[in-house]
Parts: sequence; structure tokens; C-alpha cells
Amino acid sequence: MSIFKKIFGRKSSKPKVVEIEKEEVTVEDKKIIVEEKEIKNKTMSEKIKFTIDGKECLAERGQNVLDAALDNGIYIPYLCHVRGVKQAGSCRVCNVKVAGRTMTACTTPVAPGMEVENNTAELRELRLTIIEALFVEGNHFCPSCEKSGNCELQALAYHYQMMVPRFPYAFPQKKVEADNSKILIDRNRCVLCKRCIRSFKDENGKSYFAFTKRGHKLEISMDKEIAANLTDEKAQEIMDTCPVGALIKKEKGFDEPIGSRKFDKQAIGSDIKSVV
Amino acid sequence: MSKAIVATTSLAGCFGCHMSLLDIDERILKLIELVEFNKSPIDDIKTFTKQCDVGLIEGGCCNSENVHVLKEFRKNCKILISVGECAIMGGLPAMRNNIPVEECIQEAYLDGPTVGNNTDKILPNDDELPMILDKVYPCHEIVKIDYHLPGCPPRADLLWEALVALLTGNELKLPYEVVKFD
Amino acid sequence: MRTTVKSIIEKYNNDKTRLMDILIDVQKEFGFIPDEAVEVIAEGCGLSKVDVNQTLSFYHFFTKKPVGEYAVYLNNSAVAEMKGFASVAKAFEEEAGCAFGEVTEDGKIGLHETACIGMSDQEPAAIINNVVFTNLTPAKVKEIVGQMKAGKDVKEMISAKGDGKNANELINAEVFNNIRKKGEVIFSDYEIGTALKKLGTMNPEEVIDEVKASYVRGRGGAGFPTGLKWEFCRKSEGTRYVLCNADEGEPGTFKERVILTEVPKLLFEGMAVCGYAIGSKVGILYLRYEYKYLEAYLENVLAEMRASNLLGKNIQGIEGFDFDVRIQFGGGAYVCGEESALIESAEGKRGEPRNRPPFPVQKGYMDSPTVVNNVETLCSIVKIMNKGSEWFTMMGSRESAGTKLLSISGDCKYPGVYEIEWGLRVRDMLEMVGAEDVQAVQVGGPSGVMIGPKDFKRTICFEDLPTGGSIMIFNNERKLIEDVVTNFTDFFIEESCGSCVPCRAITVLLRQRLQKIIDGNGVMSDIDELKDWAEKLKVANRCGLGQTAGAPVLTTIENFRDKYEALVQKDIDFDSGFDLEASVQASCAFVDRTPNL
Repeated sequence: MSIFKKIFGRKSSKPKVVEIEKEEVTVEDKKIIVEEKEIKNKTMSEKIKFTIDGKECLAERGQNVLDAALDNGIYIPYLCHVRGVKQAGSCRVCNVKVAGRTMTACTTPVAPGMEVENNTAELRELRLTIIEALFVEGNHFCPSCEKSGNCELQALAYHYQMMVPRFPYAFPQKKVEADNSKILIDRNRCVLCKRCIRSFKDENGKSYFAFTKRGHKLEISMDKEIAANLTDEKAQEIMDTCPVGALIKKEKGFDEPIGSRKFDKQAIGSDIKSVV
Repeated sequence: MSKAIVATTSLAGCFGCHMSLLDIDERILKLIELVEFNKSPIDDIKTFTKQCDVGLIEGGCCNSENVHVLKEFRKNCKILISVGECAIMGGLPAMRNNIPVEECIQEAYLDGPTVGNNTDKILPNDDELPMILDKVYPCHEIVKIDYHLPGCPPRADLLWEALVALLTGNELKLPYEVVKFD
Repeated sequence: MRTTVKSIIEKYNNDKTRLMDILIDVQKEFGFIPDEAVEVIAEGCGLSKVDVNQTLSFYHFFTKKPVGEYAVYLNNSAVAEMKGFASVAKAFEEEAGCAFGEVTEDGKIGLHETACIGMSDQEPAAIINNVVFTNLTPAKVKEIVGQMKAGKDVKEMISAKGDGKNANELINAEVFNNIRKKGEVIFSDYEIGTALKKLGTMNPEEVIDEVKASYVRGRGGAGFPTGLKWEFCRKSEGTRYVLCNADEGEPGTFKERVILTEVPKLLFEGMAVCGYAIGSKVGILYLRYEYKYLEAYLENVLAEMRASNLLGKNIQGIEGFDFDVRIQFGGGAYVCGEESALIESAEGKRGEPRNRPPFPVQKGYMDSPTVVNNVETLCSIVKIMNKGSEWFTMMGSRESAGTKLLSISGDCKYPGVYEIEWGLRVRDMLEMVGAEDVQAVQVGGPSGVMIGPKDFKRTICFEDLPTGGSIMIFNNERKLIEDVVTNFTDFFIEESCGSCVPCRAITVLLRQRLQKIIDGNGVMSDIDELKDWAEKLKVANRCGLGQTAGAPVLTTIENFRDKYEALVQKDIDFDSGFDLEASVQASCAFVDRTPNL
């Protein structure tokens, strides 16, 4: 053990000054917590001021950056978010930058004076990369999909004028489930955004949908008993909640002609910009 | 100004993209002023007779002959453009990609409802026939492709605007409505 | 079967937050979790079947198919591969008569691969029915399989007992501690209970102040100041919890196993100190499933501590100081080492990391304020209480006080656990462990950095080369890209929870592109693309796993770019890697024709 002594024999003569607390990086989390408290201390009626790409915005107390942006007429692209439903923060399309850090707008509460970067070249590139990864990860045959024209993934690709994904196509084998009477589950098109999982629970809190497996084998499953007892209205609601064509109400589809579908002429998010 | 020389082909496609090119209507007269077609179904020239400036590829590659033609195009064209969903991502033919090729052949020649009386269970295996690839490949996963024009088919306006921009060197500005995947 | 499953559920009071325990017991009982059991569990816990399946299918050690009467889980980590994984795996397949991923026809032997099991200093190693087998060789495998075929009890199949408390009759494992260097903090002598007694003279705020003054930072790798974490938690309203993170999933780390074997009371005392400081009565040790062989021993340690009033009610006579610990096992998922994923898992759910805010100290376990601390951190606290914060800050480097346990493995003479002071130079560390001809050192496991000789002058500490403790050494004979980077990337692909798109999808794309380069089809732009994609993973994901999933690629491109360049074609700038011959093979064979190319 003599070698150890040689290397480690040194002992400091006095305690070192280690001022961790003053370092912003290491106590970033603390800062966020403090900011949260500040938010809580404000009165209910008082709105929080913050900026997106330099534009002054107002947010409700506790509101997330994404909802606040939309309320201020600013479009931040997103795929997994559903207003009023617990955020997943899983698609990562709504990534924005705050104080040099990338974070999802849907899961970040607005803090007073927060400066949010949204429509920058860097973030556009990051979002496009994610969208492209989704296109190659699944089997997205737009020409044959019932949801084409009303699909949010496709609309995001249009928004960024994606001509071809930079990644090679995976053409994975995915299961299609058509054995219940109301809903067709086509996992080829699923983007695993969790919208269905988060949005639909029965009166006892049991899930309609859930993930199975993990990682690149991740897939959605629907509870067979619940699926067997779906109403037409519920099935329609499920189809409308799915951003892509993974959950299709049976005997429904292709009922709008090309040219008059949601995203044929209007880009996704263009309605939001018109709010202001 | 000398005319740009253009070649076109349809690999594993349906010729819909070529039809869309004809959909530019009266602008086809202007196109003829801008370009001269070489190997193409449009003028029925079967083999390259000279080096071309632009090659338009419709369809992906589902067999060895497609690969051969695509490589010929790469050799003979300065700029290659994938036109339409099939060239870009395999398109509808690629819907077979997540089914083993053996099963596809089995279904097509032996088991499918449209198979007549193939009692001898003959599978096409003549040496003259193209060999079927394990999956349908997007063109850029085989050779280098310079530009991609999506759509099924690409809107005539997209083809027109893109070609004119390329041939005149003008900036390409695409209105929202023209870039579509269906 | 229904009655057995029902009684298991009842054991956990039909509580859906104890789903992990229920699934562990059912898996143990039947060797798999049949659909019928899923039905009974769903019914008993008030869940839908998909709810049960989503947790079940998340974890590596829960299965819907039988894993074999003897379920062999052989570690496939990079270090295992270096130490002979391939020949050992081959021996298992030949002797057992089935391939990995399969079970023999008679259902007797199942062969499965698994990620690092915390035995990197004694690889190749495998777990068979919760019994660990280390330093495997083809000859040893032959013997083991022979005994399995003869129906011998697994516990009786080990060839030797390990060192230290591994020989304890409640552990009885052929696992070795390999403690090569004892330091001042973790492995120094101490008297159990001293810190707890001291609490009688201090109020909780004073304890937190002492911890803050010690500048001790989280030993799991992230390095968050422990005192601050405790303070935030104490200030949050609600029933508070102490969770100890003993998931130790980072490949190459095994120091927590050694702590749990040698000084478990130190850890539990540290948890109790934390409980006193933050005002919590409940501690949970989240222990990775791979360490199930320590269960009986640890339960006994807890019982002993309860008996001597080191846990339980009015601890050490301090009125109102109640604290106890329960052990929560995981089910095999690296991501559960992330604190919020660990909390989700402890609540019986999939180990998907949560979004922040809220932070665990605000809303953690059961949505209540929770401190999640690493094993080593909590052990350090006890010594800080005993010897004072000033003593602690005397050790270490400028921003990293105290000592650090390193788990060192790979190409060196003395793999094992070393307690060093922060601030140790890599070069000195290599000399210490007897490593020669070193090509690269992986600091901090796959999620850390791979450095080459030009960086061996750097020091191990939070301000330079931070690490949770994993150090892997590769000599000049190792192929870094082909054998190490691919292994690490495969690991991240396998262990991603899949929730975030970039982590789920881009890791797979990185792996493909690596393969293209390895196969000789790469061009220079492939290297730049790899770098670009890996950099995006760093910023675009939610949790530490996703953010570091590109690290093996990224840090090797930064530090070993020449190795990539040596593999790519420099005379051409495009190669799709398309192989006509290979792509027509299947169809030609099926229609019975010779490919004519």
C-alpha cells in the first residue's frame, strides 16, 4: 500500500472554501424552485410578464410556456400536448430555449421575466430532426392513410417543408389490431405521443390505453374489455385525439376530399397566429 | 442559351408522377423551350444518347432492374431528383417492406385470391427476369439523390416551379399548398 | 393459480402502488407471469389489464413466457465481452442445447442476456435464480449446466465463497468485494449508532446546516448539494420520504454492492439521519433486482437495527424520532436509477422519468416531498455527523469535498473498489490499479466520457471529470468503436424507456450508422452526421439517460476521431451501403434461382 500513501499522503492544512451555493449551474434546480415560489406569492389576478423571441407576453400564474404562447397568439409547434390533459413532454417537438437551456414548453411553467427563444434556426432544425426521426421510425404511408390531410405529424412536416428525412427508413414490423368493433389500431402510424393514454380513463381511473414494452419496442395497447364497450361518440373522440392515423374509428375515413382537409391549405398553427 | 437536357424514368412507380408533369398544362410549351428530353417515356428514347443535366426519377427500387436503371441515371445525369413518394420513401409498393419477401411471393403467385390455376406451383425464376429485392428501397438509399419533390403525385406546380428554379438558377420559393405527401 | 396470486396480492393489501412486489412474487412463483395472473392482479388492485401489462412489460426480469426452471441471466456488458463473454455464452448454448433468448424444450434451462449486473471486477458473471456466478469460464459453465441438468439446488452450485461478508451464511455468494483501498469516509472504522445518538443534541435544522457546511454532493453522479436537497424537502409541506437509490445500473459500477455487503448499517443509519433532518418516518431502499441475493442478509440487518433501537420508534431515546426502512426491489431497468423514474417504479409503475418541475423534493414519492439520495452519499453523512463538516471539507478538491468510491474494471491488474479523495489524477489512478498500455479510460460509465492519454493529466472530481464511480480501462488491443461504442449504444437502445422521441429513435439511428462505418461503407460525412445527431440527443431529451445516450459516440468522436477516420472511405463522398447481392438473396432462394448480378 506504500504507493497509495505516496499518492494520497497529502492533507490540506485548512478547510477549502467551496462556495457551491454561489454557483448558478450547480444550483439551477434551486433557482427554479425559488422562481416557482415567487410565482405562488403573486396574487391570483396578477399576470406574469415574459417574452417569446423578444415579444412581450402575459401568462396566468402556473401556466406552462406552451399554453401561454398559444394564448398570446404565438405558435410553438407540438405533437403530444393536449390542452387540459397532464403534459407528457415526450414528443420533444415543443423544445424551446430558456437561459441557454433547451426545455419543452409544455412542461415548463412560465416564470416572471423569462426570456423564451422559440422560432430560431437552431430550434427549427432540432424540431425538424425529431419530426424526421418519427417519419423513419414508423411506417408512414401518407398516400394510403385515412388521416392524411388531417394528420398533425404530416402537418408539422409541411410546416417545416420536409422534403425527405435525413435518416434511413426503418420499415419496422408493427401490429395492426382490427378485432374490436369500433377502433382500428394501426401501430405502423403510431408516434407514441401518449395522448390516448393520458386522455382516456374510465370512472374508476382505469386506463383505456397503455404502453407496453419499452425503448424502440414500445407500443400502445388498448384494454380489450374497455374496447368492447365503446360508444360511437367515444370512438370518434379517440380518433380525434390521436394526432396521426394510429387510432381510426371504423367505417370512417377518406370522407373529406383532398383540397378541403384541415391542413391542405392552412398550415398547422396558422389559426393561432391569427388570434392576435 | 442552350437547352438543358432532361431524362426521366419510372421505376417501381405508377407513372402518376409523369402524368402530373403533363398536368402543367400550357406551360409544357414553355418547358419545351427550356429543355430537351433524352431517355424518357415522354419521347420514348430508350437509352441515353448523351450526358444529361437533370434526371427525374419516379418510383423506388423493388428489383434488380430498377437498381440498374437508377445507377445508369446516376452515371448519365449531373443532377438527380427523386420525384414523388415512391422514389422518396418507397411509397405504396413499400407497404410490403414489413412482410418477408418470401411471403409476398407466396401470396402473389401461390396463395392470393387472384391466382388462377397455378397447379404446378410455378414461381417466376427465369434468368431474364429482374430479381426481387428484399424490400422496396427509396432511391437515395441506393445512389446519391440531389433533390426530392414529394407528393403522390407531386403537384404539377411543384414540379414546374422546381424545374424552372433549377434550370434558371432562380431562388425556389414554394407556397404552402404545393408540398404535400399525398 | 388464482388463489396463489390472490394471496400474493393480499400480502400487499391489494395496493396497486405495491405492484412491483406483486409482480416479483408472481414471477418467482411461476417462473413467468401468465395472462390469468394479470387478470387477477388487475381485478385485485383495481387496475385495467393494460395498466398491469404496462408495468410488467417494462422490466427486464418480468416475463409473459416461462424463463426456464433455471433462468440464466448472463451479463453482456463491454467489460464482460472483454473478459470472455463470447466463449462463455457459446459454452452455455452448447451445454444447455438452446440459444440465448430461448428455453430448452423440457423447460429446464433458459438462457438470457442481461445488462451489467454489478460484477465488472469479476466478469464474466451470470445470475441464475438469484444466485450469482462469477469469473465464469467455459469449463465452469460445463460444470454448472451439468448440475442444472441433474437438478441440483442452485445455491449449492457455487464453487467458492467470496471475501468478507459474502461468506455470511445469509449471503453465501461467490462474489468478491475486492476492496483495494480504504479511505477516510466510507470504509473507515466507526461505531454504529454514534451519529444517531448525536441527533439528540441537535435539532433538524442544525443537522441540515452541518450537512450543508460539509459541501457533500450527490455521489450518484449528478453532484447536487445534499444539504440543499434536504433543506428544500424539509421546507415542503406533507408526509416526507427518504428514498435511497441503490439501483446502481451504470455499467461498470459495483461499489454500492460492496457497501451493502460490508457496511449496510452505515447506510441505514445515514437514511435515519436524513429522516430526522427532513422530518420523515419512512425510508425506502430501492434496490436493483440484480442484488436480490442480498435480500435475506439486509432484512436481517434491518431486524438487528430495530432490535437495538437504531430504527423503529423513539430511536436512541430521542422522543418522537421514529424511522424505519423497507426494501423495494426493482425489476431490471437502468433508467430507474434516474431519481424520478425510481419514484415511479417504487409506486408500482413504469420507470419513466417525470417532467420537472415539480422536483422530487416538492412532489416525489406518492406526490409527497421526497429526498432521493445515493447509497454512498447517505453513508458519507454518518461520518460527517460523527467527525464534523470541517473534517470532511479537508479532503478532496476545490469543489468536491470528501472521498469517492471508484469501481474500477477492464484492463488492469487490480480491478475492484477504491476509496479515493476527489481530485485524483487519471494517470495516478492508472498506476494505482496496475494498468499498462492504456488506450482509453471510460469515466462515469457509458453515460460519461471516454478519454485518451492526452487527458490522463485530468483529475477525477465534479469540476473536471465527474463520475458516479464507474471507471473502465481499455488497453491498446481493444477496438474502441467496434467493441465498446457499439456495446454502449446497444445498452442505451435497450434501456431507453422510449418516452422521448429522440432517445427512442435516434439512438437506433446512431447504431445503424456506426454499423455502416464498421462495415466499411462509411464516408467522412457519416462521422459529422453521427456527431450532429448525438449532440441533439444531449439537448432534446428529458432525462439523464436520453441526454447521455449519445455520449459514447460523441466523446469518442471528440477524443478518438482518428479511429473513425481510419474506418471510412476517403476517396468517395457518398456510399449508401446498399448491397445488391445481399438484397436479392432471399427472393432468389425462395424461387430457386441463382442470383445473376
